[in-house]
Amino acid sequence: MTDLITATPGATAEGNQEMRARSELTAREVMREIGAVLRMTEAQAAALATDNVDPTEGPEDQTMIINMGPQHPSTHGVLRLMLELQGERVLRCKPIIGYLHTGMEKTGEELTFMQGGTNVTRMDYLSPLNNELVFSMAVEKLLGIDGDIPERAVWMRMLLSELNRMSSHLLFLATNGMDIGAVSMMIYGWREREEVLRFFQKVTGLRMNHNFIRPGGLAADLPAGWRGDVLDILDRLPDRLAEYDVLMTEQPIWRERLQGVGVITAQEAVALGATGPILRSTGVAWDLRRDMPYLRYNDVEFDVIVGSYGDAFDRYAIRLNEIRESMKVVRQILDRMPSGDYRIQDKKITPPPRARIDESMEALIHHFKIFTEGFKVPEGEVYVGIESPRGEIGCYIVSDGSPKPYRIHMRAPSFVNIQCLPHMMRNGLVADAVAVISSVDPVLGEVDR
Amino acid sequence: MNDDATLTEHAPAPAPMRYGCPVSESRGQTVIHATRETYIAALKALVDDTFVLCTDLTAVDYSTYVSRAGRPIERFEIVLNLISLERRERIRVRVAVPESDATLASAFDLYPGTEAMEREVYDMFGIAFTGHPDLSRILMPEDWVGHPLRKDYAIGRIPVQFKGSPS
Repeated sequence: MTDLITATPGATAEGNQEMRARSELTAREVMREIGAVLRMTEAQAAALATDNVDPTEGPEDQTMIINMGPQHPSTHGVLRLMLELQGERVLRCKPIIGYLHTGMEKTGEELTFMQGGTNVTRMDYLSPLNNELVFSMAVEKLLGIDGDIPERAVWMRMLLSELNRMSSHLLFLATNGMDIGAVSMMIYGWREREEVLRFFQKVTGLRMNHNFIRPGGLAADLPAGWRGDVLDILDRLPDRLAEYDVLMTEQPIWRERLQGVGVITAQEAVALGATGPILRSTGVAWDLRRDMPYLRYNDVEFDVIVGSYGDAFDRYAIRLNEIRESMKVVRQILDRMPSGDYRIQDKKITPPPRARIDESMEALIHHFKIFTEGFKVPEGEVYVGIESPRGEIGCYIVSDGSPKPYRIHMRAPSFVNIQCLPHMMRNGLVADAVAVISSVDPVLGEVDR
Repeated sequence: MNDDATLTEHAPAPAPMRYGCPVSESRGQTVIHATRETYIAALKALVDDTFVLCTDLTAVDYSTYVSRAGRPIERFEIVLNLISLERRERIRVRVAVPESDATLASAFDLYPGTEAMEREVYDMFGIAFTGHPDLSRILMPEDWVGHPLRKDYAIGRIPVQFKGSPS
């Protein structure tokens, strides 16, 4: 409780972040770990604390607290888990994060709205375009121009966002396969993802960290021949996905490793604030693209994939099928991509076209001012949330009327989803811990920011 | 004219009430302004009114905020974003927290998912949440001094040490 710390800023003690030994395990601690989520009383939680322990032996002799990570290859970066084991069984688990913390929210306060995209795109480095999109949408809402974005820019944003969802899920399939032992899957997943990234490189100039979606629209128009490139990806992928089904979905070993592992209920997922595939795997059909439509998701048809058991297999299957749904959306975007401008032509917000700079002194001044000073954003605060491949990614911006955000906060889906790990791992096997981490699909760059 | 418009946006004179707190609009989004006294009661009312999913909890340090109308009275503000899955609605709750007594009741019992987020706010802003079961630093090392996202915490205060360079 609060006696562990004092309210004075700066007063902390070492060892606070770590998991307590079983002898120090209080009912309060169990409440934190699971009781509160299951809406237990403290007495029920206290009974749980003594579960699984043979009373004839001292509790310290039976169980062992070990560290998994932060340098474990299956922790997707630098996630550290403290596990209390009894033999092969995981009794408790506590994730410890912060090893990749670089103060990106603090940095964001020093960058102008113009430069902010370069910062946020590095948070969830597997779906950078979604980060940029939510940041741009928040800035546009503050500027009051969220309704004026040209149609082509909106559809281009949707195209990039959906392709990014595909590339992110393909990477999930690769790492999920690798973590569980289907090592060939790793190569296939990376190969397919690389095809999508090659398209990104052609469009944005970079494979990752694009800073392509910017307040007011996009940085550039689609290059010549983009339609053929996208069609190429769309034509090639279905066969590959069918291969994955043979390689993994229909394979008994794969099913054995995932089915019934890391189960979480809908009630728990909602209580923990989980979103995205984790929440959908429990049967809650919640997808912001459908439930709170942004861009033009109203105008395209796609299904929200829902699981029923809330286990690691459901989360795998949801992501695999979301690739198929995204392909469906991309095809509709190809059919309906309007012509027009790729960004709003407001010289106070977006730079003038390159050709104008050579002709017009005014354009040159605007160009210079935008890149040196940025643009002023009216005072106010706004929160925008969209569906990233990992769940709801949100951007909360407070502006004081200057060209820099007064406060920028990113609601990172992985940061919240990681709280599900102790629940999914409880009473599971330590060998399944890897499968469970993998199925949550955390991106540590976004967890720690 | 313009000043009046911003004034009414931020401080509506006869404020409409919802969940026992004044409510306002910010860029078309509903914002509830709770006080520390009404905070937990308002959250309870919100949970009962199907706002069961807490997506986000964060804080803002308004100490250097320069503005005519929009500056809140207290230094800190906690901001919660809630979602009603049933009605597909979002709502935002803002609570002012004074600098002299930077504490707030924890929302953990109502939204267990705020556990990590409240730890992050404690770590970054030094706001203590009473009743939080495990209030410790989450992103910074546990023996760290200071709270980085406070406005008086300067950027780049720690010199980078290079190997072999004269320090």
